[in-house]
Amino acid sequence: MKTLRFLLEKEFRQVFRDKAILRMMFMMPVIQLILLPLAANYEVRNVKLAILDQDHSGYSHRFVNKIRASNYFQLNSFPLSYEQGLEEIEKDRADIILQIPPHFEKDLVVTGDAGMFMAVNAINGTRANLGAGYLNSIIQDFNQEIRLKWVQMPKTGGEPRIDITGSNWFNPFMNYKKFMVPGILVILLTMVGAFLTALNIVREKEIGTIEQINVTPIRKQHFILGKLIPFWIMGQIVLTLGLLIARFIYGIVPAGNIGLIYLFSSVYLLAVLGLGLLVSTFAQTQQQAMLIAFFLMMIFILMGGLYTSIDSMPDWARKITLFNPVAYFIDVMRMVVLKGSTLKDILRPLFIMAGFAIFLNSWAILSYRKRN
Amino acid sequence: MNKHSTYSITAESLTKRFGDFTAVDNISFTVGKGEIFGFLGANGAGKTTAMRMLCGLSSPSSGKATVGGFDVYTQTEKIKQHIGYMSQKFSLYEDLTIKENMRFYGGIYGMSIPAIRSKTEEILKTLELVKEQDRLVRTLPLGWKQKLSFSVAMFHSPQIVFLDEPTGGVDPLTRREFWEMIYQAAYEGTTVFVTTHYMDEAEYCNRVSIMVDGRIAAMDTPASLKRSLHADNMEGVFLQLARDAKRAAD
Repeated sequence: MKTLRFLLEKEFRQVFRDKAILRMMFMMPVIQLILLPLAANYEVRNVKLAILDQDHSGYSHRFVNKIRASNYFQLNSFPLSYEQGLEEIEKDRADIILQIPPHFEKDLVVTGDAGMFMAVNAINGTRANLGAGYLNSIIQDFNQEIRLKWVQMPKTGGEPRIDITGSNWFNPFMNYKKFMVPGILVILLTMVGAFLTALNIVREKEIGTIEQINVTPIRKQHFILGKLIPFWIMGQIVLTLGLLIARFIYGIVPAGNIGLIYLFSSVYLLAVLGLGLLVSTFAQTQQQAMLIAFFLMMIFILMGGLYTSIDSMPDWARKITLFNPVAYFIDVMRMVVLKGSTLKDILRPLFIMAGFAIFLNSWAILSYRKRN
Repeated sequence: MNKHSTYSITAESLTKRFGDFTAVDNISFTVGKGEIFGFLGANGAGKTTAMRMLCGLSSPSSGKATVGGFDVYTQTEKIKQHIGYMSQKFSLYEDLTIKENMRFYGGIYGMSIPAIRSKTEEILKTLELVKEQDRLVRTLPLGWKQKLSFSVAMFHSPQIVFLDEPTGGVDPLTRREFWEMIYQAAYEGTTVFVTTHYMDEAEYCNRVSIMVDGRIAAMDTPASLKRSLHADNMEGVFLQLARDAKRAAD
């Protein structure tokens, strides 16, 4: 144990001496947490709409005004023909063309049945879907208004209809940041835990100091602990920093017990540190370690439920996410921060994470060799 | 302890193969206590590989060897308590100061803090680095770095010290000072196992072995080698033996 003290002393000295890494470690969470939640946003606003009104009637004008009042659309252009409309889409000045055909009002009044046409630029799938969805609901609304007006209060109270009213639980204002910030925090913790550790050890391999260590009678458990403990502590510091930013910049106060987050992060950090250690036993150079890190990070982020919901992934992909530690922590973070979940609720992921930690660290210790 | 107890190092048919390539081919030798044993050879002759096996950094493919009476297969951690090692590549922590490096290595060899402190003072005085003790190792000139590496390898007073080309790239004056340090260590009873390809340095050794293509081509005192090969100096000895080398130098 005395050896461990010297190892820790040396490790902390080096960390505090490398100002570039130190700065990165503390600037990264600050900058990412401030920038990403503002930029990465699911809400679609300012859908650019080109309206091709070939009717120019009272109804068509009322309809256009209704769209304008909705705030979701930017009424950029009023092409004179469908071809002109397509040109707007090609030049990226429009996302959707809405065509109100000639005789729209006449058909509506005479036959009670009129059509409209919507052409959607589907290059950006989310935007296209949501934009078309908004437009559809405006059309339905408009439809309803007309019907109510024409039916003129019949005795039965008009056509029977079911109105759906919803209320959003846990995040009542559908605040996107509340959803993103805890997730981004997990990614940051993973970077510090897994990849700084891996790079740190591989660097010692590259400059040859690890050989000088391997020729000493040091026990490999001590060497490994000497590497894990400093990064475990730094991970917790980054987490604290992140939670403070969430509190003071975004006003996110965890609904549940903050101690649960630290409990989970303690085990989580052990797991990702084990992963970093494992990467370092396979990589010979820092470039190799970086490449492995990028590869894993992409999978972790895209299959971790940060941007895309795991529940809507295909079955095989959901099975893969079971092996992604990031997915568990993002889930637990959101549960505790947004839902106020208790220890009982996070017990299962906590045990799974402990399993990850034991598995990855044992594997890393077994494959770490003082001799080749 | 076994029958070789008067020897610091024994090797018998020691071999290391990497796939089809035999880096060290059946070498046998003994090194006595307090001896300065020179391990000579061209680049790629297998010197470093042989040394790494003796230090417990690399497992032998076959053969037997003991270091300080301990077996290189089963007792590597025991060996490591009794040896010092200075690798070819400078491997102190460049982002730590002179003093911090000494403290760290003293610490992981299990020395007590007072022992570390007095040893540090002693070395700083010998190397005339008292004023520089808080300088980052990165900023030191190469000659100083090499002398410092040697002192750190000797920090825990090992029985045997392995030096892998310790004077590579160092000026003649520093090399001379370096060899004075080696003599001092041997005088105090430490066995010195040193590889080099400076032939003038070979003359300073008690005995030398010359490796060619992974085998030991000759082994004796510098004087007898010169005599038997009718050479004026060690360079002549080396050239005669290394002429037939098949392995391309890297």
